[in-house]
Amino acid sequence: MPATDVLVCPSCEAEVAFAAPPMLAEITECAECRTELEVVATDPVLLALAPEVEEDWGE
Amino acid sequence: MSGASPRPRIALLASRIGFEEKRILEALARHGLSCTHLDTRSLHRELDAAPAPWDAVLNREISATRALYSALALEAAGARVLNSAAATETCGDKWRTSVALSRAGVPTPRTALALTPEAAEAAAEEMGYPVVLKPLTGSWGRRVALLRDRDTARSLFEYCEAMPSPAGRLVYLQAYVDKPDRDIRVAVIGGRAVAAVYRRSADWRTNVARGATTEPCPLTDDLAKLAVAAADGVGAGIAGVDLVEDARGGLYVIEVNHRVEFAGLQAAAGDRVDIGAAIAGHLIEEAAR
Repeated sequence: MPATDVLVCPSCEAEVAFAAPPMLAEITECAECRTELEVVATDPVLLALAPEVEEDWGE
Repeated sequence: MSGASPRPRIALLASRIGFEEKRILEALARHGLSCTHLDTRSLHRELDAAPAPWDAVLNREISATRALYSALALEAAGARVLNSAAATETCGDKWRTSVALSRAGVPTPRTALALTPEAAEAAAEEMGYPVVLKPLTGSWGRRVALLRDRDTARSLFEYCEAMPSPAGRLVYLQAYVDKPDRDIRVAVIGGRAVAAVYRRSADWRTNVARGATTEPCPLTDDLAKLAVAAADGVGAGIAGVDLVEDARGGLYVIEVNHRVEFAGLQAAAGDRVDIGAAIAGHLIEEAAR
């Protein structure tokens, strides 16, 4: 995907940009509404709301 | 044998590719290595399936349950998983971690396990208030509570009693270390402490996930040795070791994280160290073993 393709936040419809072609499962944050987004497809790039934090998540 | 070594076959286990994973992948790419991404959400292995085709698998799965069981599944298929399933299991359970640290001679705060909330009250009385109540599993400071007195303790133990899972009703208590408004995170990679930061917060819990800020911390010999001993004690080749200082400067290890989140550490360390590159380097070394 060219880095200039326009992507839209599925939550607030603000524009979301990537500096480089994103990877599948890559997480980004909408600069406008701060919603976490997941790249769920790369050809073409498709964004979805990232999964909610679960009880056993952590480091 | 002659000629160049075959290129290591490396895989990354993760359901989320975030800042840290990208740093590691970029570092691998600088070595000319690509990496197979194994999304744990689609991972499945049959017991007697063909051996896993990777020389090393880096486990960056954010779900503790999926991290453990994906490591177990891939190890059963002959893969070298970093960290190992055993280390992931130890780090994922605060009591197992405490036992491992104690056996390794690593100083930790006074700690008790109570098998029921009723027994916890007696344990807290013996330890003396304030004490810290932690869930056996969990991260980012969630459900960690400072019990300053008996009344608070009773209330919180009642909440433990109401937890839906039997494991959630087990009580892990730790003496409160009256630390400055900070703790210390040390990244240990391949038996070497590579960076340290102070994590500072107005909240007594100094997790970056709870908004703590980071600043560089001098990596003294004592701090490095202690962090490495803690990582070795739990069997983790890649670890985020969390320590607190008491009023006299004594250091205590409070936990070891098997999937170290290093964005805050990297921001504080600046260009002095590249933690993603250090993890990638360790992975390449392990793949060649």
